[in-house]
This record gives sequence, C-alpha cells and structure tokens, in this order.
Amino acid sequence: MIAVKKLVKRFGLKTVLRGVDFDVQPGEFVALLGPNGAGKTTFLRILASLSRPSLGEVNIAGYKLPHEAAQVRARLGVVSHLPLLYGDLTAEENLQFYARMYNLPNYELRITEVLEMVGLVARRRDLVRTFSRGMQQRLAIGRAVLHDPDVILFDEPYTGLDQDASAMLDDVLKAVAAQGRTVVMTSHDLARAEDLATRFDVLSRGVISASASRKELKRTNLLAFYKQALAG
Amino acid sequence: MADRTTSRGSFLKAVAAVVWKDVRAEFRSRELFSAMLVFSLLIILIFNFALELDLKTRQSVTAGVLWSTFAFAGTLGLNRSMAIEKDRGCLDGLLLAPVDRSAIYFGKVISNLAFMLIVELIVLPIYSLLYSVNLFQPGLLLVILLGSIGYAGVGTLLATMSVQTRTRDILLPILLFPVVIPVLLAAVKASSGVLGGADWEEILLPLNLLIAYDVIFIAVAFMVFENVVEE
Amino acid sequence: MQPKPLALRILDIAAVVVLAVATYMALNAPLERVMGEVQKVFYFHVGTAWTALLGFILGGVFSVIYLITKNLKWDKFQVAAIEVSLVFFLITIVLGSIWARPAWNTWWTWDPRLTTAAITELIYAAYFMLRQGIDDPDRRARFGAVYALVGALSAPITFFAIRLFRTIHPVVIGGTNPEADGGFSMTPDMLSAFFFALFAFSIIFIDLFWNRIRLGDLQEKVEQLKLKISM
Repeated sequence: MIAVKKLVKRFGLKTVLRGVDFDVQPGEFVALLGPNGAGKTTFLRILASLSRPSLGEVNIAGYKLPHEAAQVRARLGVVSHLPLLYGDLTAEENLQFYARMYNLPNYELRITEVLEMVGLVARRRDLVRTFSRGMQQRLAIGRAVLHDPDVILFDEPYTGLDQDASAMLDDVLKAVAAQGRTVVMTSHDLARAEDLATRFDVLSRGVISASASRKELKRTNLLAFYKQALAG
Repeated sequence: MADRTTSRGSFLKAVAAVVWKDVRAEFRSRELFSAMLVFSLLIILIFNFALELDLKTRQSVTAGVLWSTFAFAGTLGLNRSMAIEKDRGCLDGLLLAPVDRSAIYFGKVISNLAFMLIVELIVLPIYSLLYSVNLFQPGLLLVILLGSIGYAGVGTLLATMSVQTRTRDILLPILLFPVVIPVLLAAVKASSGVLGGADWEEILLPLNLLIAYDVIFIAVAFMVFENVVEE
Repeated sequence: MQPKPLALRILDIAAVVVLAVATYMALNAPLERVMGEVQKVFYFHVGTAWTALLGFILGGVFSVIYLITKNLKWDKFQVAAIEVSLVFFLITIVLGSIWARPAWNTWWTWDPRLTTAAITELIYAAYFMLRQGIDDPDRRARFGAVYALVGALSAPITFFAIRLFRTIHPVVIGGTNPEADGGFSMTPDMLSAFFFALFAFSIIFIDLFWNRIRLGDLQEKVEQLKLKISM
C-alpha cells in the first residue's frame, strides 16, 4: 500500500531523511518510533503529500508522489497533533466543510456515521472551540476518516491528552484500524503503540534502523528492542 | 477518480466550500467584521481631527480619506483571516484535500473581498451622514469594487506568506502597501473624479488601470500561489 | 577556505581603477553653465541608477527561474542582485537629492521618478524584512522569489500610473520633469565622462554582485561546517 524507496529530504543544507526504505502492506498498522528530531514528522508530512521529497520514490495506493498528489490525497486521511478544525464552526459544520472539499456525494449520512464512531453525536451542534482537547482530537480523527480513506497517518495523536482521553482515543483508533485500513502512526509513547500496532519500525538518524512485527516481538521487550535499535 | 478531482465542477465546489466556511464562521463570531468596522470608524475620526475636515477641504480629500481607511482596515481583516487558517493547522487541512491549490486561493480572495465590501458598504453611509456628501453613486461603487478586488487579490497572496513568518503580526502592511500603491492611486483618482463630477473620459483612465492591475496580479497570484503554501 | 578566484581579484582592482578614472573625468568635465559644480553628481547619479535598475530586473528574472527550477543557486543570485541594487539605488536617490536642492530649490519633489524610486526602495526593504522572518531556506527562497516577482511587476505600473495621472492633472507643486527644469545639453567631453561613468558603475556592480554571490557560497559553507560539528 505504501512503498518508499531511498527517500531523502533536505531542508536547505540540513539532511533530515537520508535514504529511508519503507514498505507497508494493506491492513498493516505500523508504529513509527524514534527520538525527537529523528524526522518522524517530516517523513509523515511527505507521505501526506504536504512536503516534497528531495530524492527518492514515494508510492501510495499505486500513485506516485508528488506528481499524482491529487489521487493520493483522495485516498489518504491525516491526523496531526494540531486538530485542523475551525473553532468557530460546529463539529457538524467542520465535517460538512471537509466533505465538500473532498467532493463527497450524500455526505449528511456519512457525517452522522462518523460522529457516532467518535462518540460526538450529542455535541454535533456545539462549536469546536468549546471542545476539550480530547474531543477535538476525536473529531480530528472523524475528519480524517470522513472520505473513507485506504491509508491513515497519525502524527503523535496522544499529544496533550490525559489518561481518560487517551483511553477513549485508543478505542477510536482501534475502530479505525479494524476496518482493514492501512495505518502509520508516529509516537514516542511505547506503551500506547504496543497495544495498537502490528509492526514496529524505528526511525533514527534519518533511516529506518530496525523493524519488527508483533509476532517477532514478545510483549515484554518492545522497550529493549527500541533501545537496541537506537544504540545500533 | 482523476477526472472527478480535476473537473471544473469540483473546483468550483471547493471554492464555494471555502467561502461558505469563512462566511459561516464569521457570521457567528463577527470578529473580522467588527474589528474592521470599528477600526475604520476610528481612522475616519482621526482624519477628522488631523485634517480639520471643513466643507472646503472635505471635497478634495474625501476620496483620499476613504481609501486610506479601506487600506488600513483591510490589512487587519486579511491578517486575521489567514491567521485563522494557520493557527490550528487548518491550512494543512485545506492542502490535504484533493483540490487544486488555486481553489483555496480563490476561495480566500472571495471571502476576504466579501468582508471588505460589507465593511465598505457600512462605512459609506456613515461617512455620507457625518459629512453630508452623497457617496452612494454607481460610479463610486464600481471604483470601490474594482479597487477592493485588486487589494484583496494581492493581499490574500501576501497575507498567506506573512502569517507563515516569525514576524507575522507586523509584516503584512509592510509587504502589501508598497506593491498595492497603483490600486490606491488609481482608486483615489477615479473616486475623486466621480465625486467631483468629472468627465467620464477622465474617470475611464484610472478605471482601466484598476482593471489591468486586477487582471495582472490575480493571474500572477494564481500561478505562484502553490509556492506560498506547499513545501 | 577557498582563495578568491583570480578573475575576481582582477575585477576588484579594475573596479577601484574605473571608479577613480570616472571620478577624475567627472571632475574635469567642463562646467555646466547654469548649474555649475553640482551638476557633476549627475554622472554618478545616472551610473548608479542604471545599474540598480538592471539589478532589480535581474532579480525579477532570477525569481522566475527559481520558481521554475527550485534550484537554490538562483536564490543566491537573486539576493546578491537585489542587495547590491538596493544600495546603489539609495546612492542614486541621495545624489539626486543633492542635485535637486540647487536645481529645483528643494530636496525632494513628488515627481513620478522620485516617487517611484522611493516606493521601489521600500518594496525591496520589505523584501529583506520578509526574508529575515523565515528560517527554512527553501521557504525563504520561495517567498522571496514570489515577493520579488510581485514587486518587479508593481514598480513599473506605479511609475506608469503616477506619470499618467500627473500629466493629465498637473496638481503637483513643482512636479515638473527633470528634462524640463534643470535640463542641459552635453558637450562631447561631458558625454565621454557620462558614458565612462555608466561603464564604470557597470564594472563596479558586476564586481560587487560577484563578491556577494561568493559571500553567499561562504555562508553556505559555514552552515555546512556547523552541521558537521553538531553531528
């Protein structure tokens, strides 16, 4: 579903990604781990077509980036640590707006469906700026899955959430992943990633330094695996 | 899918969606509108004291006062309108949609223009009332429309850049005013021509310049907009 | 650090020599009958003006090339051309002002050329303020190119607009053309001094432009070395 070959990204003279190879099969849930500044967000922004690769190939759902970005965007949902929502619109209006931007037919039914999934039906007519951080993040996920994308990217979705909100987000994320979607999530929260992902990749110093599937890994030693990947 | 995403229908729908979203949010908060309107009235007040707007001076400076007011109030609105897009990452949200970037540009230009025109349409009767001149003349309204189009067209492009810089609170007027001078010049000329009852021919020249400026700069902005939003 | 290329060293020396020769020729050119000594600033005034305008046009061309190729080399060229031109144009304005005092009996008039010159300086000052507010080199280059393009299109329209309206409506106080008031005809000696000044400033401009590009290269090198240490 996602195929990245020898991806290099430079900002001016600074090379952030130095030859990333990354493949994701349909239905996989990949947790992208790594220390701050390793280039996780940059990498995800390239996958999201928001940033252009300096060198290398990026292929998503059979389309090449950046040339076929419009086709990729139609199949892609993105959740970042910012909500990407308008505070002065209601939850429903925000979704209506994005439904129009994605040119969805008969979006009212779909919006209700999505609001039910993220548990915000009762608050659908409330302004988003009155929402708590956790509710905003759930609505952001609703926005990302609105057009039923094949691939979903999560960039540090747990940033700024408390325990309860994180637990609720877990349920939503599981529901999103359960529908056979391909998911890539960056996180530095190992415990959360461990519960959700089927594969763990470590991005360190601009390359994927290690990769292990859930089966290869015993539940207890994700931390050990991560530390080893960073050291090596 | 390819033809669906690039077709003209979906382009216009996306433009309309951006405008709908801005109008809806503004209708609720009235942030932009009230700030621009109150600021406009304050500027007129300041001009009143600074210029001693007696009957004689008034006739010669009305056009200048009006356009200075619109220019200053306009930056306030443009800055806020683009800052809203930047603050919660909404600009990324717009860019993630499978629409051409110029749809975002045109959507923002139309809503910025709409807010400017509404404020202008409220300032005009107030000014007419305060200084007992009739500003509701079709010629003047046409000049205001053409001038505001150029101003909003360039202003939206530059505001999109300025909100992405470190100095975003102060940069927009500095970037915008020197390049928008032809608009202000032609608009003031045409407006004072209309108000002074000048010949149609004399007004036609600045009007043509306004149209030329609008066409040239909106075309340029349309071509380069991708460069100010994408990485 | 790489040593300065030989050609650039030679050009440095040549620039100093031609400046000295141009000064000598200007000082020894026959006295202009009406203006006297002060007319001599004219040689350098036109010399700096011509190269500065050329530099601004080059800046516009480089910005288009950058926007198409996205190669940072063109950004470096653009900054170099505009920075040198900004300084040259300031010299033009100051020299013009020195000349204007005895010629028009005022330091400044709102004549089309002077006004456009002032606005152009402001546009490019804004250009550097915009660049200063951006950290990411790619974004800085993109925004700089877009603004330089908008500025390069707007400045001639401004000139055209001011000229158009002021010719029809001669309302400016003392706003006569330089040719009309304080103009003079040149003797062959004056002509040769004039053309040599143009030549000299072209050489000086190329020299400074080249040095500025080299400075850009060295800045890049420093950044690279800094990155290496921090790794």
